[in-house]
Amino acid sequence: MILLEVNGVTLQYKTPRHLVTATYKVDFSVHQGDRYVILGPSGCGKSTLLKAVGGFMAPVEGSILIRGKAVAAPGPDRMMVFQEFEQLMPWKTVFENVLFPMKVTRKFSRSDAVERANAAIEKVNLAEFRDIYPHMLSGGMKMRVAIARAMALEPDILLMDEPFAALDALTRRAMQQDLLSLWDQLKFTVLFVTHSIEEAILVGSRILVLSPHPGRVRAELDTAKFHFGNIDQSEFGAMSKRIHGLLFDDGQKRMPEKVSA
Amino acid sequence: MSLAQTKSRNGERPEFEREPAQSGAVGDIERPLSFSERILNNETFQRMMILVVLIVIWEAYARWLNNSLLFPSFTETIGTFWRDLSNGILVNRTITSMRTLAIGYACGLALAAAFTTLAVASGIGTRILSTLTAMFNPLPAIALLPLALIWFGLGTPSLVFVIIHSVLWAVALNTLIGFRGVPETLRMSGRNVGLKGARYVGLILIPAAFPSILAGLKIGWAFAWRTLVAAELVFGVSSRSGGIGWYIFEARNDLDTPTVFAGLLTVILIGLLVESVIFRTIEARTVNLWGMQR
Repeated sequence: MILLEVNGVTLQYKTPRHLVTATYKVDFSVHQGDRYVILGPSGCGKSTLLKAVGGFMAPVEGSILIRGKAVAAPGPDRMMVFQEFEQLMPWKTVFENVLFPMKVTRKFSRSDAVERANAAIEKVNLAEFRDIYPHMLSGGMKMRVAIARAMALEPDILLMDEPFAALDALTRRAMQQDLLSLWDQLKFTVLFVTHSIEEAILVGSRILVLSPHPGRVRAELDTAKFHFGNIDQSEFGAMSKRIHGLLFDDGQKRMPEKVSA
Repeated sequence: MSLAQTKSRNGERPEFEREPAQSGAVGDIERPLSFSERILNNETFQRMMILVVLIVIWEAYARWLNNSLLFPSFTETIGTFWRDLSNGILVNRTITSMRTLAIGYACGLALAAAFTTLAVASGIGTRILSTLTAMFNPLPAIALLPLALIWFGLGTPSLVFVIIHSVLWAVALNTLIGFRGVPETLRMSGRNVGLKGARYVGLILIPAAFPSILAGLKIGWAFAWRTLVAAELVFGVSSRSGGIGWYIFEARNDLDTPTVFAGLLTVILIGLLVESVIFRTIEARTVNLWGMQR
């Protein structure tokens, strides 16, 4: 079942001096239960695209539909997880942070919300940090709180904007594994933006490859069969190489120095 | 060079894996500080020591000078302070001042809230507030007192007017700066759950800007207290119900310097009390607890 439809979306934003076209006529659709990854080098408008799906900016051309309804404004049916740790409210404890969206939207009754918040915190293994303020947590823990907060609300789709990019390599790997095991339990739909080829193949079940300046669709690939178990096999390497080619051998040869990790 | 030496001595370095040693064997990871270590690091203790040193210098100088009309000693000042405290004069004067201050401070905050709400709501509101602040913030409140006297006459309304002037711009400016400094990600995560208008301001902007707002409240309080005492020195409010400034002014007219000192001491003590008890408590329970300020 198609959950999210993006049809011919062109996105532009203004800087003080220029009008920048971030993406040009991008089409894709996300099905229920997809781990849909948008992959591209910096400057391909992938974060802008995610913001548009989140309802933070309107396309100048084309349409974005969630369950057939046009996206007009930000809403709790599309919970966002950002790259920055500032997304947590420093004046609330872990528990209060997770509870907050449920309280504000009144989607669940008070007792249900408390129960769900506790369960979500348990799921991301933060039960013992429930009553601690965010400034005492490590970066990875803050990210887990942000994920728990988004999941507890049970949005139609989870929007993740390079959520692990600010983490160190070891924590990042652990978080990717955690996200996948959460998905195994809950089968939520997630739209995931990254600039790491490896992360895209591991986390994604489908990958949309964008080309830069402005972002245009280059390919859509099925990567459902790849996981941590076959990261060392030749097929994984072949897929990685194929994406690499799509990103860089764009007519002219270029050194693959921009995209790594 | 050294690398080569190691290599030649060992030939090859073998790989190895080992289980980490039990952390118990490492010894205590944490050790409570001893009593003397703690007391020397204690901020209150250090501040008390500074006060004691200042008092000793004061007392020594006053005794050496031996002229209580010019510079009364600490003991003399405390004696006068205690006399007027126990006979109720100082308490009454302080209460009169505090009542005026509370009215002015509250009105100033309400106006500041109104202005910043306007400023957050629209671009033109921001321009209005920043222009007004740029105009009026540098204007000393006392300079408005003659005008206030013409408009509102001798009495509390004039005092309240100048206090509002001294509170309003400091608080409004700091709140606006605080709102501007709220990270975009935090704003977006607020809007993401559908917050808008007053709820957005109340649930996201105000707590996120709280360190700034609190700084504004502190500056506003200091300005207000200063302005009030100064204004009371200029005129005594309706005769009998004068405040702490008037108490100092009367004593000076009588050339009663120890009483002037007692009055000044009261002004200082109230300043310290509000700053280190009220504002410190608010800070400890909010911005320090949240890690937004160290």
